[in-house]
Amino acid sequence: MNQPTPGQPAVPVLALGDVLLVSLQGELHDGMAEQLQHDITSRVATSGVTGVVIDISGVEIVDSFLGRVLAEIASTARLLAARTVLAGMRPAVAITLVELGLTLPGLVTALDVDRAMELLSRGGS
Amino acid sequence: MQQSGQASATSLPIGSDADLAWVRQQVRQCAAQLGFGLVQQTKLVTAASELARNTLVHGGGGRAEITPLDNGRTRGLRMCFIDSGPGIRDLELAMTDGYTTGGGLGLGLSGAKRLVHEFSVDTEPGRGTTVTAVAWVAQVPASRPGVR
Ligand SMILES: Nc1ncnc2c1ncn2[C@@H]1O[C@H](COP(=O)(O)OP(=O)(O)O)[C@@H](O)[C@H]1O
Ligand SMILES: [Mg+2]
Repeated sequence: MNQPTPGQPAVPVLALGDVLLVSLQGELHDGMAEQLQHDITSRVATSGVTGVVIDISGVEIVDSFLGRVLAEIASTARLLAARTVLAGMRPAVAITLVELGLTLPGLVTALDVDRAMELLSRGGS
Repeated sequence: MQQSGQASATSLPIGSDADLAWVRQQVRQCAAQLGFGLVQQTKLVTAASELARNTLVHGGGGRAEITPLDNGRTRGLRMCFIDSGPGIRDLELAMTDGYTTGGGLGLGLSGAKRLVHEFSVDTEPGRGTTVTAVAWVAQVPASRPGVR
């Protein structure tokens, strides 16, 4: 189960130095989101990266399922000594999430991938 | 142009993850055609995603019906999510933020209600659940200089 269906691109996960860059695009099935959570967690554990950037600028909606998956990726990565930054949320998605009641308090965000990388390289947060 | 609802209703099955994605796409397309703006489209698709997932996960599957509306002043979209699953025993509790019986975040019903203009739940234990959500295209007075 959880194989990407034909025509459904796998989610690209790139290692850039100490950081894993994950770019989410378009429609993400629930099973794919769970698969991604698993993939990122094992990559963090085996590669010893210190940061994860999840680029959601290509994501048209975040509902409570995807929101929970993103929050769980961030808390699992933190336990494995990596910090997660969610980059590029669209304004319409942010407005909708607040109204939905999902404010994702544990998640660090940045306006785009460059700023997310910069945030991680500063080491703070 | 007046539309009398039922004639143009689209029925979509809800039985898998892939069906949820299809419902989201259809709602998006329909909302865009009706003239909903980007933020309203995003709210509608998000509400649809929550409610369709409830139909799948809690209701054991069912269907969505999406219907374009026109009340003479503005256009709208009605979305019904229908299952013949276990029903909801305590609806008031189920509508509470954070309440879940299934390991979710408990924001689907209460959150979806906040994202639309009209919201109703028809449910009976042992018989099933129908959730109906309606939203209307926002009227921007400035864009209608001819009125008055
Ligand atoms: N279609 C449905 N059939 C049966 N029970 C439902 C249905 N939709 C919602 N519920 C009940 O209402 C609760 C709250 O729903 P929701 O707010 O979407 O939270 P979640 O799905 O995260 O549990 C669910 O946990 C479930 O018990
Ligand atoms: Mg739900």
